[in-house]
Amino acid sequence: MAIRAEGTRSGTDAWKRNSRTREAKERIIRVFLTACAYLSIFTTFGIIVVLFEETVRFFLVVSPVEFLTSTQWAPPQGDFGVLPLVYGTLVATFIAIAVALPIGLLTAIYLSEYAPQQLRRWLKPVLEILAGVPTVVYGYFALTFITPFFRDSVLPGIGSFNALAAGLIMGVMIIPTVASVSEDAIYAVPRSLREGAYALGATRRETATKVVLPAALSGIVAAVILGISRAIGETMIVTIAMGAQANFGGSPLESMQAMTAYIVQVVGGETPRESVTYKSIFAVGSALFLMTLVLNLVSYWFVRRYRETY
Amino acid sequence: MARGGTKVEQQEGGAGGPDFKASMTTRYGLDRAFTVLVTVAALVGIAVLAVLLVDVIRDGSGMLSLKFLTSFPSQIFPENGGIYPALIGSLWLLGLTAVISVPLGLGAAVYLEEYAEDKRINRIIEINISNLAGVPSVIYGLLGLGIFVQLLAPVTGGGSVLTGALTLSLLILPVIIVATREALRAIPGSIREGGYALGATRWEVIWSHLLPMALPGALTGIILALSRAIGEAAPILVVGVSLYQTYATTGPFDGYMALPTQIYDWISRPQQIFQDSAAAGIVVAMAVLLLANSFAIWLRNRYQQRS
Repeated sequence: MAIRAEGTRSGTDAWKRNSRTREAKERIIRVFLTACAYLSIFTTFGIIVVLFEETVRFFLVVSPVEFLTSTQWAPPQGDFGVLPLVYGTLVATFIAIAVALPIGLLTAIYLSEYAPQQLRRWLKPVLEILAGVPTVVYGYFALTFITPFFRDSVLPGIGSFNALAAGLIMGVMIIPTVASVSEDAIYAVPRSLREGAYALGATRRETATKVVLPAALSGIVAAVILGISRAIGETMIVTIAMGAQANFGGSPLESMQAMTAYIVQVVGGETPRESVTYKSIFAVGSALFLMTLVLNLVSYWFVRRYRETY
Repeated sequence: MARGGTKVEQQEGGAGGPDFKASMTTRYGLDRAFTVLVTVAALVGIAVLAVLLVDVIRDGSGMLSLKFLTSFPSQIFPENGGIYPALIGSLWLLGLTAVISVPLGLGAAVYLEEYAEDKRINRIIEINISNLAGVPSVIYGLLGLGIFVQLLAPVTGGGSVLTGALTLSLLILPVIIVATREALRAIPGSIREGGYALGATRWEVIWSHLLPMALPGALTGIILALSRAIGEAAPILVVGVSLYQTYATTGPFDGYMALPTQIYDWISRPQQIFQDSAAAGIVVAMAVLLLANSFAIWLRNRYQQRS
């Protein structure tokens, strides 16, 4: 070592110098990697600051009480009660969950308890494709296929834009979310519980619904909450297929506007940056962010709190 | 399990205990019916996907041609219109988003998996990332509007394709981080120890062994995340994608059109010809998406068989 070091141009100990550069390199890389990880904190921080700043400006003009309690939403007339938009979002979400909960859960049971291993390996990714279909595509499908289908068959009075078709298709979109998260929970239930049930003479259905499902309940609840949060935040399906008319208390066969759809409607128009209407999208965005944040935290907490340990 | 158990007892006690007193024929009958039910449920999603594909191909086949891919959209002669600028814009978005989000995502995952000790701040980062994954995409649009379009306008050029890519990068970072962490976690500790025993530094072990080994698994997540990013319409609508422009994007500071927003624009026009154009655009978008997804699935299955 020493002989080679003497031969180097700078005349200092080569190994030591090399080691110092290596250490410096390590430190620089470590700083870069740490910065990458902290970026997520800045993202959350950025979301909160951006939403908060404009929302405060909005509340200088419109009182928070009116925003949260009024059932009138007509920005051109200066009516800013958010409830009609929340109603639109919730109606679509409710329909979506009514579809995605049973189908997603049964799909999870099939994948985990019934499907042959080989089929399972292909079925799961195919379901993931459902979750990856661009939502404008679902919107098109709801608008030009599902709604006309209902009008020509069972519901002649259905509007061109309606919550039913949008909600149903949104349900299809979140089937993979519900199925995949609850399948993980069901799959994690130990084999011994199933074998115990079979040993007592239970059939396959009885084992699945009365032993495995209750044991996986916390994961299933988390899956449903996650699905609700997806549905609330979904934008293009409700924008395309549910319409742009705030409608408080309307039937699912009528057009209504969701919170997300309102944001898209305003940014798509020629709204001046300093107007109240422009600021209102940040207030609606804040409400949306808070709703999904609470649901995500509840889901996270629920899994931690009620996880069955074996 | 205690709660599950009580439930069973309650059901047996109530209404004459239908299950255990029922005849074996009924129980086996129910069992078969349930098998059919779960199988059908598992096929519902696939059936809808199939109907959707057939429907858009039927609607879009009239417009679909090579000319559709290479023409600009037209308001005056919509039957001659195409998706060329939207296609180019989406490719720009895809490329820039990949260049921005992949290094950052890999970096964050490597930090959390290989460097971070179990400190409070690191746990906060973890919870925070799982929360960010659940934030609606349109909220990322509002973030991009506040930061990249307004605050950083001198750097990003306002509503440029770079702004769109930065916004989409933030949106998919959590997905990339989660996928890469899982891939890193699957690598046995002996690899790291072997590297250290030979005198390699932490980064040398990561660069020469861990990243190459984690890449196939991480790549699956990255491809799925990127294909999700180019399918997103809401966030780029908020940060100012063009719904019509007369030139194709040639640089990161140019304006841009994109496939999903072009489709949205056509859908929102009442004339049938625009609906057909939308369907044709969807066929193109779905073809790209299915190709990307199949590649990701193939990669994952190959990788899983090996390990």
